[in-house]
Amino acid sequence: MWTWFYRLASPPYVYRTAAALTPWFFAGAALMIGYGLVDGLAFAPPDYQQGDAFRIIYVHAPSAWLSLFAYTLMAVAGAIALIWRIKVGYAVAAAAAPIGASFTLAALVTGSLWGRPMWGTYWAWDPRLTSELILLFLYFGVISLRQAFEDPARGDRAAALLGVVGVVNVPIVHFSVTWWNSLHQGGTVMRLGKPEMPGSMLWPLLAMLAGFMFFFGAVLCMRVRGEVLSRERQSAWVREAVIS
Amino acid sequence: MKVGPFRAMRLILRRELSLSFRRPDQLLQPLMFFLIVTTLFPLALSPELSLLRDMAPGVLWVAALLSSLLSIDSLFKGDADDGTLEQLALSGHSLSVIVIAKTIAHWLVSGAALVAMSPLVATALGIPAGAFATMMFSLALGTLTLSWLGAIGAGLTVGLRRGSVLLSLIVLPLAMPLLIFGASATDRAIGGQSPAGALYFLAALCVFTSTLAPLAASVALRITLE
Amino acid sequence: MQADAPELTVDKVHVWRGERHVLRGLSFQVESGQLLHIWGPNGTGKTTLLRVVCGLLRPEQGQVAWAGQPIEHIRSDYQAALAYGSHEAALKGDLTALENLRYAVGLKRRVGDQELRAALDRTGVGACADLPARVLSAGQRRRVAMARVLAMRASVWLLDEPFANLDAVGSALLARMLEEHADLGGMALVVAHQALDLRRPVRSLELCA
Repeated sequence: MWTWFYRLASPPYVYRTAAALTPWFFAGAALMIGYGLVDGLAFAPPDYQQGDAFRIIYVHAPSAWLSLFAYTLMAVAGAIALIWRIKVGYAVAAAAAPIGASFTLAALVTGSLWGRPMWGTYWAWDPRLTSELILLFLYFGVISLRQAFEDPARGDRAAALLGVVGVVNVPIVHFSVTWWNSLHQGGTVMRLGKPEMPGSMLWPLLAMLAGFMFFFGAVLCMRVRGEVLSRERQSAWVREAVIS
Repeated sequence: MKVGPFRAMRLILRRELSLSFRRPDQLLQPLMFFLIVTTLFPLALSPELSLLRDMAPGVLWVAALLSSLLSIDSLFKGDADDGTLEQLALSGHSLSVIVIAKTIAHWLVSGAALVAMSPLVATALGIPAGAFATMMFSLALGTLTLSWLGAIGAGLTVGLRRGSVLLSLIVLPLAMPLLIFGASATDRAIGGQSPAGALYFLAALCVFTSTLAPLAASVALRITLE
Repeated sequence: MQADAPELTVDKVHVWRGERHVLRGLSFQVESGQLLHIWGPNGTGKTTLLRVVCGLLRPEQGQVAWAGQPIEHIRSDYQAALAYGSHEAALKGDLTALENLRYAVGLKRRVGDQELRAALDRTGVGACADLPARVLSAGQRRRVAMARVLAMRASVWLLDEPFANLDAVGSALLARMLEEHADLGGMALVVAHQALDLRRPVRSLELCA
């Protein structure tokens, strides 16, 4: 019963599927982000407290969500590769890491830009921002560890293991940082993504979230193809695929 | 007659301890590092004890983390360089047994020594004697947890030529919750509040890493031994 | 030593080291009482092969089986029954020769110092038993490593260039050890550049680039 699973995970299959999916993901991303940007920036009502400054949420919240999503995906792909020795998992994990790190960076930058009008400073030790920063460090660790090995196969496995260890740590970091912050600041900091947000603000946010997911999927597919090609460059199917 | 896992652990523990005590310099260096780093802060900030007292838990914990990291780098490196790590890995015992024994040995010569020395540093930083018990207990839990986390990092970086910076890069983000709870427990004890909450979290983290880290570190070793 | 003579089977083993396809579908079988001499030019995967056989390196394809079972399934039993001599002597410089043996052999089976000293005597380094390994010469360290293999009483010996740094007397001694081991029903895989000068038949496996 495992054969279909292994065939699904075979490099040529993954390579071709990723190629076929990329344009669809890009189309979805363009559609959703286009709608979300127009509706969110032009039509959604300004926040009664924050005015127009709140509109950065349409970039910030999806970036923050994807930074976590990409890390989890990377860890799961790495775990699958480690446990079932499915090499494509390493390619997916290696492809996801820099994208996730970029989203983390985007979330940090937009968060600190948002902080300027809200807190009067670019950086406050807000629990969400702080755990986002630690998440960025976790990404750095995984990426540098993979690169530190001369033998890419060992680098892949070491990075996959570190990703799994890190994903266990992410909730602990988030909890401890929240606890630390409440100890020092008494919970005066604003909260993002409250569910009681009115629909006119929420719909563009959900659209942006979906758009970012599509965009992530598209970039991931492209990077996975690159990783698969470079890993399988010795094999016959790559020669055929590249020549044809 | 076959050798059971507990006998194997005792044997490895004895081996590690006798190796450490034949190299007292390597034992003392992290402790001296701990002393020197904590001396930097009064020089950089101010000799005012009241100001230092506010900073003391943080200073103490940061210094403890850094000095433990300094010594964890050699947890597997020496054995990997001279080939004895392969002999251990082929001894017929699971790598977890080896990791557990080596990490406990490491903690006994680095973490426990650091805990024993901490009152000295704490006095110099103006921490009242009443907070020593909490501080030492939290440091004991924290350094043990850090040894487990460090074992994962050391296992991952053992085959690399310049692994020690990378080791810090990997382990420090994982250790940040420790710093939060540890420093806060000490801080509350100094302020006369109950440190129980933070200590519970520290203890929970310690138990959690003690169970999972040997597993993760043995997978890491298996990867890097290949 | 097992009575029912387990055999070691290497079945279509493939190993890549980075870009290089080092072992390409290598298969062979060694039975108890047999000695296998592995030789060939540098870089043809002799050490890699030994590391695969002892279970440190998992092959990308193929498997190694001992007594009919894949070694991953019986790792602890298998490894308890093997003695691996890497091409370095694998001694701790700060421990004495005797302590080195005590910890390395003691993890495989319960053993007293008397027996370890006897093994060191046998390989001609009994006088160095209480010296730290750091002060021993390369040849003496090699002999301590020989004593370790001997004291493990393993049925499978995997030796990587055991003759390196040994003088004529030491080489002859090692040759006698191998003969005795095979006579007692053990098996050995020996990587060596020179021919094995033994009084019993030796199978030979040449690895090519």
